[in-house]
Amino acid sequence: MTLQLINRGPNGVHIQPRRGRRHVLDLDDFSVEEVETVLETATRMKDVLQRPIKKVPTLRGKTLVTLFYEASTRTRVGFEVAAKALGADTVSVAAASSSVTKGESLIDTIRTLQALGADFVVMRHHQAGAPYVVAEEVASSVINAGDGWHAHPTQALLDLFTIRERLGRIGGLRVAIIGDILHSRVARSNLWGLTLMGADVVLCGPPTMLPAPSFCAAGLPWQLQRTYLLDEALDGADVVMVLRMQLERQTGGLFPSLREYVRTYALTEERLSKAKPGALVMHPGPMNEGVEIDPKVARGVQSAIEAQVTNGVAVRMALLYLLSGLPA
Amino acid sequence: MRLVGGRILDPATRRDDIGDLWIDGDVLAEPGGADTDETILDVSGFVVAPGFIDLHCHLREPGFEDKETIATGTSAAAAGGFTTVCALADTRPSIDTGSDVESVLTQARRAALVRVLPLGTTTKRREGHELSEMADMAAAGAIAFSDSAKAVRSASLMRHALEYSLLVERPIVSHAQDPDLVDGGVMHEGPVATVLGLRGIPREAEEIAVARDLALARLTGGRLHLAHLTTSGAVDLVRQAKASAIRVSAEVTPHHLALTDSAVAGDGNARAYDTNARTDPPLRTAADARALLEGLRDGTIDCVATDHSPQRWVDKACEFEQAEPGMTALETAFGLLMRLVHAGALSLGDLIAALTLRPAHAFGLPYGALRPGASADVVVFDPDQAWVVDPERFLSKGKNSPLGGQTLRGTVLLTIAAGKVVYRNGV
Repeated sequence: MTLQLINRGPNGVHIQPRRGRRHVLDLDDFSVEEVETVLETATRMKDVLQRPIKKVPTLRGKTLVTLFYEASTRTRVGFEVAAKALGADTVSVAAASSSVTKGESLIDTIRTLQALGADFVVMRHHQAGAPYVVAEEVASSVINAGDGWHAHPTQALLDLFTIRERLGRIGGLRVAIIGDILHSRVARSNLWGLTLMGADVVLCGPPTMLPAPSFCAAGLPWQLQRTYLLDEALDGADVVMVLRMQLERQTGGLFPSLREYVRTYALTEERLSKAKPGALVMHPGPMNEGVEIDPKVARGVQSAIEAQVTNGVAVRMALLYLLSGLPA
Repeated sequence: MRLVGGRILDPATRRDDIGDLWIDGDVLAEPGGADTDETILDVSGFVVAPGFIDLHCHLREPGFEDKETIATGTSAAAAGGFTTVCALADTRPSIDTGSDVESVLTQARRAALVRVLPLGTTTKRREGHELSEMADMAAAGAIAFSDSAKAVRSASLMRHALEYSLLVERPIVSHAQDPDLVDGGVMHEGPVATVLGLRGIPREAEEIAVARDLALARLTGGRLHLAHLTTSGAVDLVRQAKASAIRVSAEVTPHHLALTDSAVAGDGNARAYDTNARTDPPLRTAADARALLEGLRDGTIDCVATDHSPQRWVDKACEFEQAEPGMTALETAFGLLMRLVHAGALSLGDLIAALTLRPAHAFGLPYGALRPGASADVVVFDPDQAWVVDPERFLSKGKNSPLGGQTLRGTVLLTIAAGKVVYRNGV
């Protein structure tokens, strides 16, 4: 029953799970059509989640392992809830990063998980590229749940889903990403996703935490605006994505004090009024309320922050379903 | 022994003609002279040149024999056409005294296929606190001093090292890189690093350190040799320094001339985050590679050196940031450099000079020329024969090459070191 539901797209279009994709490591290798498929499938999954019994047997007998070398609540739980809603079994492995001294153990770990029957390995790691080390080593599907500063593709997909759900489209929108862009995997994956889907992106943050101008210009598949000034970034914005400010950047010499950061970059009601009326406010979490975002804005009518979390489950269900390559 | 019919290419004697090379025992002989060994090898159609000289390689022995030994490293050297290799001192223990130098030379006599010239450390245990015993080491045969990847951090101690080395007239080899600016970086700082989410190393980390070392060489009159330059700015600094008669020489690696930071993103056959493309100093951009080539052509950079850095499989089969830097290079150096020749960017004569005459000159070595009476160090190669790099077939223990699966045009066929055939491939 569910399968039929899932495979009936809008206007009766038949959605085929894409064959051939085994891993989701970043959005840089996604096509527009593939993103559309994920978002459309996620819409169906969200319907499932709104039923009284939020569970279907689609992935019964499959096993999903979350392998997290870094703390996480919403991403890990989001995947586990998604897997359970599809009937899969989940196992959670919290690997202390201190035990990871050599890649031998990373490859060894992933092979062990595969030998134990993992169909999906959802992996978070503090070092960029770690999922790429293991992806070619196993037959399981590897899903990147965040690697260092590099990528967080499921976050970007759920952000795209949320934007489209709230504003009806992605193409042509002006999206401001505010904060520590340089060290943000959320920002990077969103850059791929947003520019692929036709949004205009403006990056805003302190000069020490923005990518170099060369990153925003030549040789890369995007045209980005880059500014140090929050009001300039917010001017005409349809979507405002606020990033978490890591406190260790202060001791690292990248900014002088939280006080100055709050004065310069915190998204308050007053600053938000510079954006388009009704502009969507987003945050990947966890928030430092009162630092990068004012609590009133975080809980205000324009905020989609809670919806992002809920949508994260639907989007991850969609990905698991599509990756499983089940017959239509 | 006679090599007959080859194109004899010897920049030192300005020779480039078809002819025969006579070898008598371990030295080169006048044609027509005495010939104790009647062997005659027909090398017509191939190039005969002085054996290559590598001023910079890591043979890992003693202490890291799981990565390389003097036996395997010099086998790799022979297969790459090298007949003299200078071994860096970052072994375990490091080469700090005359007896350390002697132990390397003893093991080389026992196990090496080609000539091994050891470097000593600049400071004891490469800790950057006290000078090493340079006079003792020089007497034992150390040809230069270097702390390798651990740049001497204190400008004052580097000053004294350059001063003290005047006693033995041997160069101080500097891996010029400002450690504070490197700050945990793992590749060239630029758009590729930003996309990959890896911490970058700006060019300025090298240029600040090069500028410091050049200023100290000016202050002291000491002999400075800059290892593996990577940036256009560093080339400019050395060019200015040479114009003002500072006593400096410099080298560049084949990989910094022929590869760029996009190799880290897997531009060849490799996957993204190719740990074999992690080198120290890092691969830079095409613009830097062009500037390095220009520097090599105009003499700003004296020579090519491989920075052969064999690593274990586990040192590379891991997260990029955790991977040990370096690539195994002795066996691919010539083929990779021939890309520049085939692309018309460098003449074959200039390339051979950069592998023979010029490194010999930089370190004052009596090798790298096809003169009667000189050590019979000879390489025979086919500049056009193509081969596909298969790291599993390397003689080096290090299989860590980002060139696996790539085709190189330029094949070493025969290597003779001190009159002995140490590598033979088809002639």
